Amino acid sequence: MLRFLLLFNRQGKLRLQKWFVPTSDRERKKVIRDMIMLVLPRQPRTCNFLRWKDLKIVYKRYASLYFCAGLEEQDNELLALEVLHRYVELLDKYFGNVCELDIIFNFEKAYFILDEFLMGGEVLETSKFAVNVSMEQADTLQETMEEYMSKPAY
Amino acid sequence: MPAPIRLRELIRTIRTARTQAEEREMIQKECAAIRSSFREEDNTYRCRNVAKLLYMHMLGYPAHFGQLECLKLIASQKFTDKRIGYLGAMLLLDERQDVHLLMTNCIKNDLNHSTQYVQGLALCTLGCMGSSEMCRDLAGEVEKLLKTSNSYLRKKAALCAVHVIRKVPELMEMFLPATKNLLSEKNHGVLHTSVVLLTEMCERSPDMLAHFRKLVPQLVRILKNLIMSGYSPEHDVSGISDPFLQVRILRLLRILGKNDDDSSEAMNDILAQVATNTETSKNVGNAILYETVLTIMDIKSESGLRVLAINILGRFLLNNDKNIRYVALTSLLKTVQTDHNAVQRHRSTIVDCLKDLDVSIKRRAMELSFALVNGNNIRGMMKELLYFLDSCDPEFKADCASGVFLAAEKYAPSKRWHIDTIMRVLTTAGSYVRDDSVPNLIQLITNSVEMHAYTVQRLYKALLDDISQQPLVQVASWCIGEYGDLLVSGQCEEEEPIQVTEDEVLDVLEGLLVSNLSTPVTRGYSLTAIMKLSTRFSSVNRIKKVVSIYGSSIDVELQQRAVEYNALFKKYDHMRPALLERMPIMEKTASNGPTEIVQTNGETEPSTVEAKHPPPVTQPTNQANDLLDLLGGNDVVPVIQTTIPTKPASAGGELLDLLGDLSLSGGPAPAPAPSVPTSQPPFLLDGLTSQPLFNDIAAAGIPSMTAYNKNGLKIDFTFERANPNPNIAVITIHATNSTEAEMTDFVFQAAVPKTFQLQLLSPSSNVVPALNQGTVTQVIRVLNPQKQQLRMRIKLTYTHKGSAVQDLAEVNNFPPQSWQ
Repeated sequence: MLRFLLLFNRQGKLRLQKWFVPTSDRERKKVIRDMIMLVLPRQPRTCNFLRWKDLKIVYKRYASLYFCAGLEEQDNELLALEVLHRYVELLDKYFGNVCELDIIFNFEKAYFILDEFLMGGEVLETSKFAVNVSMEQADTLQETMEEYMSKPAY
Repeated sequence: MPAPIRLRELIRTIRTARTQAEEREMIQKECAAIRSSFREEDNTYRCRNVAKLLYMHMLGYPAHFGQLECLKLIASQKFTDKRIGYLGAMLLLDERQDVHLLMTNCIKNDLNHSTQYVQGLALCTLGCMGSSEMCRDLAGEVEKLLKTSNSYLRKKAALCAVHVIRKVPELMEMFLPATKNLLSEKNHGVLHTSVVLLTEMCERSPDMLAHFRKLVPQLVRILKNLIMSGYSPEHDVSGISDPFLQVRILRLLRILGKNDDDSSEAMNDILAQVATNTETSKNVGNAILYETVLTIMDIKSESGLRVLAINILGRFLLNNDKNIRYVALTSLLKTVQTDHNAVQRHRSTIVDCLKDLDVSIKRRAMELSFALVNGNNIRGMMKELLYFLDSCDPEFKADCASGVFLAAEKYAPSKRWHIDTIMRVLTTAGSYVRDDSVPNLIQLITNSVEMHAYTVQRLYKALLDDISQQPLVQVASWCIGEYGDLLVSGQCEEEEPIQVTEDEVLDVLEGLLVSNLSTPVTRGYSLTAIMKLSTRFSSVNRIKKVVSIYGSSIDVELQQRAVEYNALFKKYDHMRPALLERMPIMEKTASNGPTEIVQTNGETEPSTVEAKHPPPVTQPTNQANDLLDLLGGNDVVPVIQTTIPTKPASAGGELLDLLGDLSLSGGPAPAPAPSVPTSQPPFLLDGLTSQPLFNDIAAAGIPSMTAYNKNGLKIDFTFERANPNPNIAVITIHATNSTEAEMTDFVFQAAVPKTFQLQLLSPSSNVVPALNQGTVTQVIRVLNPQKQQLRMRIKLTYTHKGSAVQDLAEVNNFPPQSWQ
């Protein structure tokens, strides 16, 4: 299972954090700091895998964002790369040509999409379309008129 | 009060901040507004405020005052509220907070909500961060949802069940009935999560594993359909249908097929099919192949399939994609023990990976290369590894150097090659060599008898070049101290002997003493080396002068040594030649790693004269005790090598402590003629093989005893009085192993109180066979002149079922006849 999934940019600013195991605030901050320090200095054409403590770290850079996941020993790293890629595809489908700004201004939507794709560190839905269908339907349940027109509600 | 600003507004505003301080100010202002809004119990904008709080939390600011608000949002009827509330709960609350338990009731209600998306939110939150108590309370609801026909809920319930089982394994039984029809689903989401659930259950419970083995045919069928089916747009990834599901099925098959012949056979075909038909041009195909290889290696697959798997890994190694090379090296490392020959075929590719630019790949390649070294390829491999050692980053050098030493020790084709390899490592990576390698190397050099002249010459030349690498300097000065006479007499056969005078040698050694580059340990080595040369060189006066100068050195260590050496010149000059004699050949107790400390007198400071030579047993023991008293007052005394006057063909005995520097009682050269401890020609113990001395058990009616019995290892002592000296008790230890796995690298060591002397001879073997099928015997001779009660402290080390075991014990129950 995945232990965590982090999104951060080249300046080390966190854009999304999903934790699949109970972690205190202090531990979270430490992990985030460590990941940023490990991943940002990596050269462009090196391996996407690292070892950190007893975890395998898989990271991939998409435009200005780094997607970084912590895996357990028996997990398949190559498949983890596919998981990250699928998440980016889902975001892209939902936002239309997703970029970092979309994730900044609509971070709660990014979380909702993630929750339809992964749960408890495992892949929940493998179909490319089902996730977006669920999101659209759930969005219609949001109460105010503004939300109904899928403009951000807040 | 005006409506609080919208989330987007806030984000936009915060992003305009140009400094950290400005941002902090804005956030504090907003937090204050939010706090007062919370205090007013404002329902309309609670959602908006919590959302803003979550954004600020992500920037790193504290948000704990929003925790209760999340609960209120969850309890609200509005979907928007619930969505943000649950998100806030997952971000701000974790099971360590008390607040988090208050959610249980809300989640329970939401699990039974009429809208599936609300149920989904509840399942998701429970499945991501539910505590054990929450899981216990709500497991029933989850189980109900697992049986529903709504596939959206069913897949979420399955993963929620996985989380419940992880938190509270006892509840696993509860979900068993619901798993009955899970695999007959058509929906891939449900199928995938069901496979995850089944995997989790099988991993945790052998009973479940046995129960689910019957699913193998069904799983094979599903996998087959996935591979053979046509293009499915919703599950396709680069031409492969639902790779996530394929990989999870392969993983479940791995668990089901392990150690089970029938299941393994049932999956052979499909594994072969996947292995050969999967498209390898993209990462996704390789991900599936990788999982297939792991499965093939773990189950009881037929050899053809295994070879296929290793070949796939070999192909991975040639792939341009670094990730795939990395993954291949990791897998090969796992399989190298079991399928050694198959992996050997890819040796050259693996060695090429040493030159890769990527650090992760280099490290894996290095580990794998060391695993592949054997007697046949040692020369070629060592060349590559030494080249790697020269050019690699410092972080690798220590490990690489240790690996080279280990490999060289095991497979060296000739002594000269071995010495040359060591020299190469010391000169190129000398400062990265681990400290414990120094004694190992010294022991190795001592044992390569015919190479002494060559070795000392090469080391001397290396010293002339460079004295900064401490391990090299230490080994070199030790050797010069021992074999300086060979150096000066120019007796080298292997290469052109160099012309060196005694003064030049002493110059070099003195240079080490004064150099700033030398550490205190190194200085100790060189002072001792100089002292040893006093019996090998003729310029004794120069040496006397040096030694007396250092008698007032600021370094306490050096001072103590110098003072003692001085004493040797003055009071004990008649003993000096014997004390400073050549070292005998030492036998190793362990085949690799640092030698064990047999010495347990707590001595860490090299305070005594090196090669202290207690006179043989038949001489009066008073002098021995005198010298030993210099060792300082501790309870137990080192195991000392003594001669066996009556049996000169005795074994060389155990290796004594050579750690740190070698000043503790190493193996002194015992003279075969017991009465005269004069300089004997070197290498006395040449050609002695280790044989057990005594095998007779019962002796003179002294009852035997069990000294140690733990973890299946039992050690019995049997006694005998030795002739002619009735003060010596001869104890034979018999080690037996009642477990089902043999104990290898078995080492027995003993220490006795100060008034005794102990001699430990070689063991019959260092493998204790399993199930009491054999015994390892070893002889201990104890001299007990003062007829005190015998006590012994023993230390046992061995490898059992792959892990190293170490134990210390006191033996106090010696029968009175053994020591009276």
